[in-house]
Amino acid sequence: MLGELTLSAIPYTNPIIMGGVGFMTVLVAAVLAMITWFGKWGYIWSEWLTSVDHKRLGVMYVILAQVMLLRGFIDAAMMRTQLALASADSPGYLPPEHYDQIFTAHGVIMIFFMAMPFIVGLMNFVVPLQIGARDVAFPYLNNLSFWLTAAGALLINMSLAIGSFARTGWLAYPPLSELAYSPDVGVDYYIWSLQIAGVGTLLFGVNMIATILKMRAPGMSLMRMPIFTWASLCTNVLIVAAFPVLTATLGMLALDRYLGMHFFTNDLGGNAMMYVNLIWTWGHPEVYILILPLFGVYSEVVATFSAKPLFGYNSIVYATVAITVLSFLVWVHHFFTMGAGGDVNAFFGITTMVISIPTGVKLFNWLFTMYRGRIRFATPMLWTVGFIITFTLGGMTGVLMSIPPADFVLHNSLFLVAHFHNVIIGGVVFGCFAGFAYWFPKATGFCLDERLGRWAFGCWFVGFYLAFMPLYVLGFLGMTRRLNHYDNPAWQPWLILAAVGAAVVLAGIVFQIAQLVVSIRKREENRDVTGDPWDGRTLEWATASPPPTYNFAELPVIRARDAWWRMKQEDIRREPTTFQPIHMPNNTGTGFFISAFSVALGFALVWHIWWLAIVAAAAIIGATIAHSWNADHGYNVPAEEVTRAEVRHFRQLVWQE
Amino acid sequence: MPAPLFRPASPSRLPRVSVCRAAPVSLAVGVCLLLGGCSGGVLDPKGQIGADERSIILFATAIMLIVVLPVICMAVAFAWRYRASNRDATYTPEWAQSTRVEAVVWLVPCAIIAALATLTWISAHRLDPYRPIASAAEPVTIDVVALNWKWLFIYPELNIATINEIAFPVDTPVDFRITSGSVMNSFFIPELGSQVYAMAGMETRLSLVAGEAGSYEGISANYSGAGFSDMKFRARAMSPTDFDRWVEDARRSKRPLEVEAYRALEQPSRSAAATYYSSADPHLFQAILHGCLAAADPCQSSEMKR
Repeated sequence: MLGELTLSAIPYTNPIIMGGVGFMTVLVAAVLAMITWFGKWGYIWSEWLTSVDHKRLGVMYVILAQVMLLRGFIDAAMMRTQLALASADSPGYLPPEHYDQIFTAHGVIMIFFMAMPFIVGLMNFVVPLQIGARDVAFPYLNNLSFWLTAAGALLINMSLAIGSFARTGWLAYPPLSELAYSPDVGVDYYIWSLQIAGVGTLLFGVNMIATILKMRAPGMSLMRMPIFTWASLCTNVLIVAAFPVLTATLGMLALDRYLGMHFFTNDLGGNAMMYVNLIWTWGHPEVYILILPLFGVYSEVVATFSAKPLFGYNSIVYATVAITVLSFLVWVHHFFTMGAGGDVNAFFGITTMVISIPTGVKLFNWLFTMYRGRIRFATPMLWTVGFIITFTLGGMTGVLMSIPPADFVLHNSLFLVAHFHNVIIGGVVFGCFAGFAYWFPKATGFCLDERLGRWAFGCWFVGFYLAFMPLYVLGFLGMTRRLNHYDNPAWQPWLILAAVGAAVVLAGIVFQIAQLVVSIRKREENRDVTGDPWDGRTLEWATASPPPTYNFAELPVIRARDAWWRMKQEDIRREPTTFQPIHMPNNTGTGFFISAFSVALGFALVWHIWWLAIVAAAAIIGATIAHSWNADHGYNVPAEEVTRAEVRHFRQLVWQE
Repeated sequence: MPAPLFRPASPSRLPRVSVCRAAPVSLAVGVCLLLGGCSGGVLDPKGQIGADERSIILFATAIMLIVVLPVICMAVAFAWRYRASNRDATYTPEWAQSTRVEAVVWLVPCAIIAALATLTWISAHRLDPYRPIASAAEPVTIDVVALNWKWLFIYPELNIATINEIAFPVDTPVDFRITSGSVMNSFFIPELGSQVYAMAGMETRLSLVAGEAGSYEGISANYSGAGFSDMKFRARAMSPTDFDRWVEDARRSKRPLEVEAYRALEQPSRSAAATYYSSADPHLFQAILHGCLAAADPCQSSEMKR
């Protein structure tokens, strides 16, 4: 009846896991109780959970990302404390069986369920506004994408309480991830949570490409698009090209594990090297999927806060496109030590370092945007300057490892771990926070508290250097990654320093939570009625904050780059008079239900509960077909309502001035 | 003393190598001070391969700093100089194009990458782990098998085998032929240089040489499961006479390594003690490599009968 699921799957003898589960349960219960107490279930269901509004979906993506950031950070803190303790004869407090799950979960959660939802949330929220559109091309699909991502996140977190997670490292290299060496359910949780979330990401990519190519406001040619939109276009092209590879690769691993096939096994012709190549054929573009949108964020932030147009717009566009293409030509640098030979290694080493040329050009362009600007150091700009400094270092160590003989001694060492955290924290995470602080007033109508924001930035910046510079040193000292304990006493001081760094980062996170709480409580003081608190340059600042459902009452006509800046220069604002009714799509619960069935399907497959898997799969297909018969063609926002909202916003603007 | 691998083919073709020798020395001193002693690890190599790789790391770092340091300095300087409160600074609200600046920001990274690409092409071939090290000394061959979680070493020419310990004469190239009896690992002696993956069904190769006698730590540098952290071995470089004595010690152990003994070794274990085998089945390495010891034996026919 329940497949291989028994009560013994719950690790109730492990106090650490049970503590985590208990904490999460209490937290979720508290949130649910609050919603019930305030009688908000109807509102949350009809206005948020079923929403097809790209802005609300963007907000929900970012909330998901931030919750997962906390989960991933707790994993990180446990690893750092374990390694600060586990020197010489001390085993630390986490045995390998538990510790190995933690570093796997940390990587998977941070990449797939923190960084991905964060960038998707930002793109979802901002791109339609930047191109003067009323929504994305396929609003229902957008809702489905979000819920599939959330379903994957739920499934991976269920593995904490029921069963166990993979002990394989975040890319689950076979043969370690095959049944012969990982017979428990950990790898199955890994496969199905990524498969479900991966479908969501792929659908989002299709949606966003269609939106950017087909729904730009009149006059917005490609070379007039804001750089964030350009970066989003390139990112989604990468998503659509790369994610099917991930799906196919994990599909083959699933066939090995479930049907006894031999794609990647040691015996009967299986070849694990094929998996390593395939997973990195997805994995390296994935790195650029993560960083490109943030390059877009930095471009917007640096131009806005320097009060200048972005320097070298054309260069940045070409550089972004170049990175998009090159990112598919470098995957072998992840395994120079496989013995491919001088020609192959040199080729992929050189393609890798060639990517640093367009990246370097971008850094210079941001610097020359600041040059002769009038820079306001609001928190988004602080994150940007922090990024320029930090990412440059990370880029240098990356190019260093693209030289195969250097990689032969640094591969898989803590030097590598320091490198990719240097570019992912210094690039992706700082960028997410910059974008969050930058667009927060657009989403909510009030600004974040600046003082706490500066403290948060300071702690993250210092904490990052304290936590990861020691790891570079440890890599040189010969410490490899994923060790559970060690007997070299020279390493311990560096690992203690790194743990201190993690504590400083924790302080930064506490400041961020405090910043959110304080900002919400003082929202009336920090309210922005202009819709344009930073004196912005692009179209998202042309509408009210938060924007009305339909974003723009009249579709703007674009005559130049930095469209909103130009409009402000020409001062074409006038009191709005008459408006047409605006057609908008209706909310739908289908995406939510399909994703709930997906969780059931994933769970059933993990535990071999075949009847449930069949029922859930049938329900997914049924719901999809049923929705395609949906005759609901949306609704009209009446002209009077549009007029009322627009006149109110205009009067507030004028009153403000 | 084996010839250094990383050296100019001719001075005219590789003029930067003189820089390559000088820069590392000063940089190495700086980095060593930073590392508080520099003992152990990959910046304190004890063999030619590792020394060449250290030179490459230091040289490449130095050349990249040409562009990295200005970027960081500019970030700080521009941020300070053009802060909004500094009304003395020039403000050009429309300036966003400059062919001259653009030319520089494209060409400088291109030039640096061109230099690094040349270094990459040459060094990736010269330091290819498969390339035998040129030396007057006859190389020692060691077959390496990664197991859960220990290292099995077979000396085919000497007909001995060991667990978690190898020895070889100093200044003598060692040719490793590497495979795995279970999951993927990476064979790595940080102080001697390059690592190479150990993969089941695959034979990878690695040539290393030790320039001074000593006992070096060997590790697996690719996570392989619960016992991974303790999957270590000693690599002992010693004088030829000491090496002969070490071989004699192994032979005196009176413990032959046959298929049965290997099957016992295949069982997972952690922190296995160094063990010597007085003889080794001459076909064992090939049999492991081709999966002939697995339950479903694919080697009935040609390969193994040979």
